[in-house]
Amino acid sequence: MYKIALKILMGDTAKYLGLVFGVTFATLLMSQQVSIFIGLMARTASAIYAVSEADIWVMDQRVRYIEEVEPMRDVELYNVRGVPGVKWAVPFYKGLSTIRMPDGLTQQVQLIGVDDVSLVGICPKMVIGDKKSLRYPENAMMDQNGYFFTWPKQPVTVPRPLELNDHRLMLTSVCDVLPTFFTFPILYVSYDTALEITPPTRNKLPFVLVKAEAGQDLQELKKRIEQYTHLQALTQEEFAWRSIRYILERTGIPINFGITIVLGIIIGAAITAQTFYIFVIENLKQFGAMKAIGFTNGQLLRVVLIQATLVASIGYALGIGLTSLFFLATSELPATKGFILHWQVMAGTAVVVAIITLFSILFSLRKVFKLDPAIVFRG
Amino acid sequence: MVDAVTLQNIVKDFPVGDRRSIRVIHDVSCAVRMGELTMLVGPSGCGKTTLISIMSGILTPTGGSVDVMGQDLTRLSDRKKVIFRREHIGFIFQQFNLLPALTAAENAAMPLIAGGIPVSDARKKGAALLETLGMGEHLEKLPRQLSGGQQQRVAIARALVHEPKLIVCDEPTASLDAKTGQSVMDILRTAANDQKRAVLVVTHDNRIYHFADRILEMSDGQITGEHKPEDYVHKE
Repeated sequence: MYKIALKILMGDTAKYLGLVFGVTFATLLMSQQVSIFIGLMARTASAIYAVSEADIWVMDQRVRYIEEVEPMRDVELYNVRGVPGVKWAVPFYKGLSTIRMPDGLTQQVQLIGVDDVSLVGICPKMVIGDKKSLRYPENAMMDQNGYFFTWPKQPVTVPRPLELNDHRLMLTSVCDVLPTFFTFPILYVSYDTALEITPPTRNKLPFVLVKAEAGQDLQELKKRIEQYTHLQALTQEEFAWRSIRYILERTGIPINFGITIVLGIIIGAAITAQTFYIFVIENLKQFGAMKAIGFTNGQLLRVVLIQATLVASIGYALGIGLTSLFFLATSELPATKGFILHWQVMAGTAVVVAIITLFSILFSLRKVFKLDPAIVFRG
Repeated sequence: MVDAVTLQNIVKDFPVGDRRSIRVIHDVSCAVRMGELTMLVGPSGCGKTTLISIMSGILTPTGGSVDVMGQDLTRLSDRKKVIFRREHIGFIFQQFNLLPALTAAENAAMPLIAGGIPVSDARKKGAALLETLGMGEHLEKLPRQLSGGQQQRVAIARALVHEPKLIVCDEPTASLDAKTGQSVMDILRTAANDQKRAVLVVTHDNRIYHFADRILEMSDGQITGEHKPEDYVHKE
């Protein structure tokens, strides 16, 4: 029966390819758009996940997401260090600034200031130079995407002089890190350098990064820090999700992507359903002949299910393959760097494709089940 | 001779519009006998196709009884009718209705495949039957690679492969030239007379009337006469 079902399906190459194309298109549209959406949301939190050494982020109560900076008093760093269960706590500067190149051009950057001694929060994957060079005053490190954004089509070379708020800086290293939601170049300096080169204000400490002692329950430590300091303490995961939720709630991005994904499902479903329907309708006389010579509705259901399973499997595999190729081909582009096809997206798309296919064949099969086999006697 | 099919007082109405219906078969009683080739003739629209659809359990009559091989088809569920057809009736259609993606041998084997016999075994049996019909060289060909006469031979093999006692043919020579039509009718007469099956042929083709053992004439939904072929040819 399997062989017969498959031969009937593949007997008409054009119709068979049309069916496979419908499922491939639906799969591609859904898996790619969902992956891009997830990638964008992950960028919102990439600056948080990039600091892998810290268990807890401590910040002002009013901070709602990573890009919102509410400076705290310097003394808060020592207050946090004094909380029982804290192994270490270091300052972490994050803010926006503008650099000026020797040719006079300016470029807005995300300025990150990391603890001079531990270098906690620095991007670990180096492209050129040594990250320890950041311990020296005036030295800076830039992310690779930012480098190409700032100096397009130029090879990665260091040192390169920069100027920030009338302070001279020397770019001595370049690293590879996932871009953040805002695509400005990321400029790393030491925390002390960051304080020195940014405009003087009363408070400048945006975040304190905390490592818990071994065996310390993070939720308990969080509560203790909040109790002792009256600041806001969040685990890495909590802060990441809070930032993602902020973007979801405060921007039109999820609505826009949601519409695209829903349209993808509708268009994919329409193409698949219509092609299956036409396939069945055009083969109605064949199904009629099969009914007349003794195929039961159950057997015809099996035939169509076998055909649909094959079409859905091949279409899904091609669609997922094309999505994978897309992300592979664009993996080094700044716009899509870090975007990947998650297994959860693959699984979800498989479920949706299965549902679309099932509904399509059920809709078409009504015609077959109701088909009067006397159709074969009509010339 | 034993009756393979006995129709008694068959009436068939088709709905037209909301509450109206039109009667296309009026109180028909007749029989198709084993070992005989019976022809059902009459003008277009007189109800021939409706009558053979009722005889083969494809249509259910509005009234009357349909006895095929001792089984009253009006008492069977739709599913049991399909299984009954699969086991006891072979069909030959005017347009052949072969599955275009399957080879001649696979097409011939379809009733066996429907009956649950593995495809390879069914195919072997279909191929063997095709060889007896002079189609040994065309077993692996697709329908589009065969002539009309060859396609009709595949359809005949499909109708005979599961060894049914009743063979129902709807205009089997209508799409064939005279010579091919004659050879197809030779095969059908052999199936009736030598293999002791009941063969019912619906036709307009007066060139093949002489193959019949008996001719039932139909007009306006009624059987209007039963003739010997030599009498009917002269009457025509």
